[in-house]
Amino acid sequence: MRIGVPKEVHAGERRVAITPEVASQLIKLGCEVVVQSGAGVWAHFSDSAFQEAGAKVVADGRSIWKDSDIILKVRAPQFNPDLNTEEVDLLHEKQILISFLWPAQNPDLLKKLSEKKVTVLAMDSVPRISRAQKLDALSSMANIAGYRAVVEAAQHFGRFFTGQVTAAGKIPPAKVLVIGAGVAGLAAIGAAKSMGAIVRAFDTRPEVKEQVESMDAEFLLLDFEEEGSGVGGYAKVMSKEFIEAEMALFAEQAKEVDIIITTALIPGKPAPELITLDMVKSMKDGSVIVDLAAEQGGNCKLTQAGKVVLEHGVSLIGYTDLPSRLSAQSSQLYGTNLRHLLTEMCPKKDGQIVVDMEDEVVRGATVVKEGEITWPPPPPRLSAAPTKPAADAKGVKPGEKKKEQPAWVGPAIAFTLGGLVLFGLGAVAPTAFMAHFTVFVLACFVGYMVIWNVTPALHTPLMSVTNAISSIIIIGAILQISSSENIIMWVAGFAITITAINIAGGFAVTRRMLEMFRK
Amino acid sequence: MNGLVTASYIGATILFILALGGLSHQETSRRGNFFGIIGMAIALVATIAGVTANIALLVGGLAVGGSIGLVLARRVQMTQMPELVAILHSLVGMAAVLVGFANFMDPESHFTGVELTIHDVETYLGILIGAVTFSGSVIAFGKLSGKITGNPMLIPGRHLFNLGLLIGSIWLCFVFIQQSASHGGLLPLILMTVIALIFGVHMVMAIGGADMPVVVSMLNSYSGWAAAATGFMLSNDLLIVTGALVGSSGAILSYIMCRAMNRKFFNVIAGGFGTTSGKASKAQAEQGEVVAVQPEEVASMLVDAKEVMIVPGYGMAVAQAQHIVCEITKALRKRRVNVRFGIHPVAGRMPGHMNVLLAEAKVPYDIVFEMDEVNEDFPNVDVTVVIGANDIVNPAAQTEPESPIAGMPVLEVWKGKTTIVLKRSMATGYAGVENPLFYKENTRMLFGDARSSLDAVFKNL
Repeated sequence: MRIGVPKEVHAGERRVAITPEVASQLIKLGCEVVVQSGAGVWAHFSDSAFQEAGAKVVADGRSIWKDSDIILKVRAPQFNPDLNTEEVDLLHEKQILISFLWPAQNPDLLKKLSEKKVTVLAMDSVPRISRAQKLDALSSMANIAGYRAVVEAAQHFGRFFTGQVTAAGKIPPAKVLVIGAGVAGLAAIGAAKSMGAIVRAFDTRPEVKEQVESMDAEFLLLDFEEEGSGVGGYAKVMSKEFIEAEMALFAEQAKEVDIIITTALIPGKPAPELITLDMVKSMKDGSVIVDLAAEQGGNCKLTQAGKVVLEHGVSLIGYTDLPSRLSAQSSQLYGTNLRHLLTEMCPKKDGQIVVDMEDEVVRGATVVKEGEITWPPPPPRLSAAPTKPAADAKGVKPGEKKKEQPAWVGPAIAFTLGGLVLFGLGAVAPTAFMAHFTVFVLACFVGYMVIWNVTPALHTPLMSVTNAISSIIIIGAILQISSSENIIMWVAGFAITITAINIAGGFAVTRRMLEMFRK
Repeated sequence: MNGLVTASYIGATILFILALGGLSHQETSRRGNFFGIIGMAIALVATIAGVTANIALLVGGLAVGGSIGLVLARRVQMTQMPELVAILHSLVGMAAVLVGFANFMDPESHFTGVELTIHDVETYLGILIGAVTFSGSVIAFGKLSGKITGNPMLIPGRHLFNLGLLIGSIWLCFVFIQQSASHGGLLPLILMTVIALIFGVHMVMAIGGADMPVVVSMLNSYSGWAAAATGFMLSNDLLIVTGALVGSSGAILSYIMCRAMNRKFFNVIAGGFGTTSGKASKAQAEQGEVVAVQPEEVASMLVDAKEVMIVPGYGMAVAQAQHIVCEITKALRKRRVNVRFGIHPVAGRMPGHMNVLLAEAKVPYDIVFEMDEVNEDFPNVDVTVVIGANDIVNPAAQTEPESPIAGMPVLEVWKGKTTIVLKRSMATGYAGVENPLFYKENTRMLFGDARSSLDAVFKNL
């Protein structure tokens, strides 16, 4: 099938749907890939790089829309100023469009697409189940946004992140508060931490505490019991009392921290206001707030989407295109997500892409199927972070401890038994036997002491060498070979032969192995 | 003359002990083996000096057997070591049986009364242990070389069957002692030998592939006890001492192996691991999605890492991948990546198997570590590469009390930053237990034959 990648036309959009690497992998799947000339230029992928990867590069955008079976895009279809037409109108029947779409926010677009009788897969509607993680473009982009948020904050923050003691005086480390420890929040924590800042994080979902702490950041706890996990690993709206406690915590933190990064979003709702005007006023001069929810209204009322504003001495960063500001990285991750999706849809690897509505992942992503609106999908069957069943409780309970015998009982029984056996033996056995038996018992102890010292790395040579020396049984055969009885002679001769195999083989192979152990 | 022989035997005994003691370090191990050879030579010379007739047969036997042994030792591949050791054990067992019978038939025997009874019991035990060692080792050899299926063969009522065999042989022992007093007893001896052979076959048949380390070391131990019993029979202290040394060595190895699997020795011998675990593995189905990677990605992960841990398992031996592992190790060490190996005690098919394979591939032994030495370091490891191992890296052993392998010490690879698992398919390991490691977020699966996958990784380094 023919896959077309037109140039992104949204103002300021620097990403491209695929990279040359992804293109070559799609070609391996059996597809033909056509890229519009200059599509990757802002993400630093040149036309020639695409050509080297085996993709066709054409200058005419219109022909890509016309001739491709599948269109891969980053942004949802919009008005195309280059071709002076709506991109939706360029689509025709039976085509498949894969891009970000935000069907909840764009019902009109969805309707127009359905009228075109096309099939549309929205990358933002991929269900959040474990199997779909590798094609979860939202996570990819959120990761980048979180990282970039720290970079932007660093640019507007007039100080070091890391603390230092210099000849000119001591520099305290910057304190960063990350609100919402989702993918973006965790990426921001990681980035800020690696720049040397003190990082604190807050989230309404208690299960992320461990993740935050695993990144060496401090998880701020509310003295309040309420579970904030919604379906699909997202957060839900919390109760009024909870929010009050939360706001008090933020107000207290705002006075202290230098940088606040907010990532709080609830799907399908406007972003909750977390940073009030008073909190901004209470922050130190030169502080920075990065509001990743700016597009959905912002976690702070003062942020303006797409802009950096200075209010009350605090820089409020409201960029909505953070992934696009790291275009090479985001194109690469988005392209890989697309490739995983297409690989999923092309089970036979023959270049035939099928929209299998039985497949949970494809079903979730498909918002229009041949003109029929299939959004919203049925709820996902499995949550991304399955709430642990009570299995944990089944673990070792302190009360269930086995009745343990006192430590001396085992050895005491063993010694008593051993003593009785020895005593019984000594009562009946002749002296000659007891002498041999003494030797035997002592040899067992010597063996025990010696063998425990053998390094585990040499256990195989140990076996082969003990094998060789256990062939000392050959002595028994040698003592018998002088017998005048023919049958005994031959039996002994045979025994000598096989034990000789063992002696020579055992020692030789041990030597061979030990030769190999070199530093 | 007798004094001289005894003195030589004492010398040989000391040299054998030194031989085993030498294995405590790689540096002294070669010298230890040399001591063993000298000890054996002294013992042989001293004994042969007393031979009065049939020297030609003796020398012929030594020459033929010795050359066969040398050829075997030269030709064997390191991956086949377990098989070789198993078949060599069977020879010791067989020799014990032969010497026992020859001794029994020796007309010059002159024991009476209690001494005769004790001698009879010694003969009986020597042959019994020898026969079990022989048939058990032959079956172990078959299983290890793939000539017999590695799956445990479990006949119904097998414990009763074993019990029957045991009672039968005890009863035969009494019959034998009675008949032996009147210069008979060959029939019960032969019957017992047959029973012992059947018991050896049955015992090892019921034990599955990955329990082989225990079986091989147990047979190692038996071959020692057989030699010791023969020593009692012949009133020969050298045999007793050597047999006891070997016997306790094998017993300790069996114990170490069992401890490494958190199993009771008796359970292993009773056989049938993996048959009772069906329920547990089903209960943990649907754990999520595995993430597959390509060799190129693995190569770049390895190059970017600072600390790499390689965890080999039996799969590495099967795929003969140890040489390419060594090449990768060398290439990474050249780039100042700290590569280490973590070896689980039961990785492979006999104790220390992995160490020998890595040594063969010229991996320096000072970067090969035991499980206990490295287990605490995993949080600092950037990339862990698990090659053909499964149960020994299964987190379920720690997290799921219901799991059949619960409590088994495992390499905690999941605590590392990234784990790459090389595997042919998603099939479960020997224990038949699902491995949650594969579904962890920081685990990547590299499917395919370990050797060709690693070849591809190496090319991309």
